[in-house]
Amino acid sequence: MTYAPSTRQLERTAYRRRQAVRSVLLAALSTAVVGILLTVAITGAPGWERVKASFFDPEAAQEYLPEILFGLWLNIRLLVVCATLALTLGLVVAILRTLRGPVFFPVRALATGYTYTFRGLPLIIVIYLYAFGIPGLRLQGTPDVLVLGAAAIIVTYGAYLAEVFRAGIESVHPSQIAAARSLGLSYRQAMRHVVLPQAVRRVTPPLLNDTVALQKDVGLISLAGPIDAIRAAQIGVAQDANFTPYIVAGVLFVLLALPLIGVTDWVTLRAARRQNAG
Amino acid sequence: MVSRYTPVAVGGVALLFAAVTACSPVEEESSPTASASSASTETCAPASLATLTAGKLTIGTDNPAYEPWFSDNKPANGKGYESAVAYAVADRLGYANADVQWTSVTFNNAIAPGPKKFDIDINQFSITDERKQAVDFSSPYYLVRQTVITTKGSKIAGAKSLADLKSAKLGAQVGTTSYQAVTDVIKPDQQPSVFNNNDDAKAALVNGTVDGIVVDLPTAFYMTAAELDDGVIVGQLPQVGVPEQFGIVLDKGSPLTGCVSKAVDQLRQDGTLAVLEKTWLADTAGAPELS
Repeated sequence: MTYAPSTRQLERTAYRRRQAVRSVLLAALSTAVVGILLTVAITGAPGWERVKASFFDPEAAQEYLPEILFGLWLNIRLLVVCATLALTLGLVVAILRTLRGPVFFPVRALATGYTYTFRGLPLIIVIYLYAFGIPGLRLQGTPDVLVLGAAAIIVTYGAYLAEVFRAGIESVHPSQIAAARSLGLSYRQAMRHVVLPQAVRRVTPPLLNDTVALQKDVGLISLAGPIDAIRAAQIGVAQDANFTPYIVAGVLFVLLALPLIGVTDWVTLRAARRQNAG
Repeated sequence: MVSRYTPVAVGGVALLFAAVTACSPVEEESSPTASASSASTETCAPASLATLTAGKLTIGTDNPAYEPWFSDNKPANGKGYESAVAYAVADRLGYANADVQWTSVTFNNAIAPGPKKFDIDINQFSITDERKQAVDFSSPYYLVRQTVITTKGSKIAGAKSLADLKSAKLGAQVGTTSYQAVTDVIKPDQQPSVFNNNDDAKAALVNGTVDGIVVDLPTAFYMTAAELDDGVIVGQLPQVGVPEQFGIVLDKGSPLTGCVSKAVDQLRQDGTLAVLEKTWLADTAGAPELS
């Protein structure tokens, strides 16, 4: 026998469809009204022409785009290196902080001190200390300011990421370790095969979020002297007294962040679905 | 059914609209421009000039008066660039050296509004629109030049020409004529370092992160004399960009402004200023020209 919906069911379906159409129409209407109001308010404001000339000047954008892109390449390379090393550093410090046993107290204390210090220290101070202070010691084999600046970013973000990793590790229920140990796994094996995989999966969204933050802060390398995208834009602004280059650099940074933000949202959504399904 | 929040939402949007419109910026009044006094009809001679003391020209400057603008803190000795310029201007106006009286006036007092105890004041005053509201300026007698400085033992310490600077790692402050001088005049092979301010640039120079930095000449004198332990002026760069200008300060609306400006203009045209600049800044103060 084939399924034939009852009259009541048909009415219900039709009603729901009408409601759906009505919501869409209402949403479209209110969006249009707000859009028109905003357009009128913004473009009708007396300063709009000046805003357009000062922030959205196509000529200035075109003139400084190549230099900003050239600078952005430095930001991208820095981002890849800094993100990789900061994640590694964070994971190592988090594991050190969660080591058990009185023997490891100094290690735990050092790791804790590190996270407390570098989460509190403004990144600008760390960059100044590394990129200006360390070369000032005139020690042999002092690396380039670019390397020192990158190191400053890595140790600062390593501290944030370490705390995220630690939160993940501690969120894994102790019974998991107990179960693993009772199966004959050593503490190290239990961490490696049972705790860490779960911990990392749980904290992936905040980790990616911190990576997005790091992506913007690699721009602070310009304090040390190298010309990155932000500095290139600043030079353009200084030359023309027009703020379009900042907008160009800003848009490029947002575009750079979009894929990572998308991945973060997707991972978060997937994690939530999995958790709720179980 | 219309949601009971709808009126609130509509009201809110209307309010927002009103706020945006109300907060829209209003056209700013353009600042009134000071009218320039003309010297064409005036006769510029001691007999007709209304100076503080008739027949004498009173010139102010700060105490201490620094090298290389003055020498030995004695403005009256005619040594140092600004002292020499002051006497040249006085001479142009028809005052003998003996008719020039020097008086000590602090930098800030000289450019503050109010009556002045000098006829003219020469003290590295940059001509700015803000200061023009309070005092008069003569035509500029000096256009600030960009200068490369370094430390003793640096690989560019002995550079004699622009070509010697090509391979150097140079630094400058962002958005300055100094940075423009690096990119437009020196055009080094390596990308220059750019810093938020001259203090950061100086720190990088001391560290050895950069071989040399570019600053304007007055800053170069100050940094190498007072701030750097073993600072060296490599040399002055050819003029670039819109330079800062030094002008002689006079009381607001002073009857002398036109005559002093005319004198300075003549000194520039006949090459006197260039000679004095070479004598007191390039040769005596050790800031040679790089070309």
